[in-house]
Amino acid sequence: MAYFLELLISGALTGLMYSLVALGFVLIYKSAGVPNLAQGALVMTAGYAVWLVMAWGLNVWIAIPIAAAIMFGFGLVVERLLLRRMVGQPVIMVVMLTLGLEILLRGLVPGVLGSTPKPIDLGIDFAPIIIGDVFINRTSLYGGIVALLLVGASLLFFRTRLGTKLRAVSDDHVSSWAVGISVERAIGISWGLAGIAAVVAGALWGSSQGVDWTLSTLLFPAVAVVILGGVDSVPGVVVGGILVGVLGTVIPGYLDSVAGGSTRDVVTSLIILLTIMVRPFGIFGREDIERI
Amino acid sequence: MFYRLSGTYHTSYEADRKLWKIPTDRWLVVAVLLLALLAPLYVSPLYLGSYVLPWVIWSAAALSLTLLMGLAGQLHFGFAAVMAIGAYASIHLVRFGVPFELALLLSGLIAAVIGAVFGGAALRVKGLYLVMATLAMQYLVDWVVVNVPAISGGAHATLRTPAVSFLFMPVESLAARYWLALGWAVLLTVFFMNVKRTSFGRALVAIRDKDFAAAVIGVDPFKTKLMAFFTSSFMGGVTGAILAFCFYRAVTPEQFGFNVSIQLVAMVLVGGLGSVIGSWLGAGFVLLAPIFLTNLVSGLAAAGWVPVSQNFLSHLPLMIYGAMIIGFLLLEPLGLAKIYDNIRKYFLVWPFRHARS
Repeated sequence: MAYFLELLISGALTGLMYSLVALGFVLIYKSAGVPNLAQGALVMTAGYAVWLVMAWGLNVWIAIPIAAAIMFGFGLVVERLLLRRMVGQPVIMVVMLTLGLEILLRGLVPGVLGSTPKPIDLGIDFAPIIIGDVFINRTSLYGGIVALLLVGASLLFFRTRLGTKLRAVSDDHVSSWAVGISVERAIGISWGLAGIAAVVAGALWGSSQGVDWTLSTLLFPAVAVVILGGVDSVPGVVVGGILVGVLGTVIPGYLDSVAGGSTRDVVTSLIILLTIMVRPFGIFGREDIERI
Repeated sequence: MFYRLSGTYHTSYEADRKLWKIPTDRWLVVAVLLLALLAPLYVSPLYLGSYVLPWVIWSAAALSLTLLMGLAGQLHFGFAAVMAIGAYASIHLVRFGVPFELALLLSGLIAAVIGAVFGGAALRVKGLYLVMATLAMQYLVDWVVVNVPAISGGAHATLRTPAVSFLFMPVESLAARYWLALGWAVLLTVFFMNVKRTSFGRALVAIRDKDFAAAVIGVDPFKTKLMAFFTSSFMGGVTGAILAFCFYRAVTPEQFGFNVSIQLVAMVLVGGLGSVIGSWLGAGFVLLAPIFLTNLVSGLAAAGWVPVSQNFLSHLPLMIYGAMIIGFLLLEPLGLAKIYDNIRKYFLVWPFRHARS
């Protein structure tokens, strides 16, 4: 029972940390309608950015805002240079473009900054919290709390003036133009915000497993989170994250010894497949109605 | 010059429906085919084995995928998994005592059935969701291959291909392997050029352009999409078997990983969706350009002309590959096929550019 509880809690917390990665995906999809398969690489780049700023000798709490500013700018640049020219192109072009970006970043960033894992010390104690028989990893716990706070903040953000503009843009590009909203700027800002979310995810994941290219593989669980929660739903990120995290920890916890390892990927794939077969738009997503 | 339309009149529908309408095109195809056939005679074994042979096989793979992505418009990000099924099925069938020729066909059929099952499961959705569903297929097949010892021979194991002969010709020497691969690739090419002109090919194109509209004119979208997945997976499965027997000869699961799927999609896109010549050019470009550019830069680095670290060099192929995908999508979304077409049209009317139609 304690084993199950421990798996459950660590799964939920890991899932919340997945939702940090997934949040960036949703922010961009919601406003631009672009599936950003480079979000994993963006998280990796953000992790490197935090490490780089810290290497100048800055405190981590100063380094993270600076890295956030850098990644916000990076998101703007990516949108301006790459994605804006893809408006109106079929989805395969956009998917492949973001995948190309992911491959490019995965080569460029570790190639320039070094591929050995870089440590990020957030000052979190490595000793687990022990409640009864259950061990809780502090990094995941703080990561989960930060994820909840960030998702809450993005929900509040969508109620501000700027957030309302982004929601309008996500509804309909042409109508937003008609009422005087700059669609281009709104989409650029959503990329910048995704960059900021990537910094938080990169710092937390980087502190728990070191910063190297493997951070970009977070894309796959994040995609499962997004598909399950609904690709344009911010609250869906939390629910989907917890579900993916719990299922992806509890089931391998019992099956890995029987089936020979890495059943987590199988669970994640099955979540994606089943969601797409049963309810393609996810738990909270909005159903697409296609015009002929 | 020799390359022009002047004097070529198509006076019958048959003449206008030919695959290669211009005599020069026909002679060009014959010349290229002859060059390819005779390659073992004049290309050094090193280049033949490590550049030309993989190019031919990956072109066949790109052709299989572009039937699905270019003609039928169904995105597939797990095609390496289909090829893995074909490769492993063929090896086990041959070990079981099935003749190689039959094993090739059967492995294609097995890959086709599994591919069509996954495709059928994902047929309710399109676009992004289809990408995700096929991605999930890639991971599932990978996991099954790695974790079922009966298939892979255990995790991290390599499975050697047994010695086989194709139509009484032992597939052992480099030339024999090359000719087998070339034969399959040429067969696929001829099939692909002709399938575009059949009712099936036209149904695929109708589905790609708008499936609702296709349904209205009497093309069953579900059946056609399923057929597209089946045909493409069959071709991919046999190509996987050819890849295993002619090129790798010792198979590990990593050779058919997610990155390979991405590479295949990149080949199709860089070449140009749904184009035959594009599949050949795209496969060659995606496969060889990063190698040549990396060799170039490491040569320059060794000579001390560009100061780059070993770490940078080892990541360079990835950078070039990513930049190549982005560059093509932004600058020439129609791919190498379009560039080839532009050049060809330029020479058709040279030097009377104003006469271009």
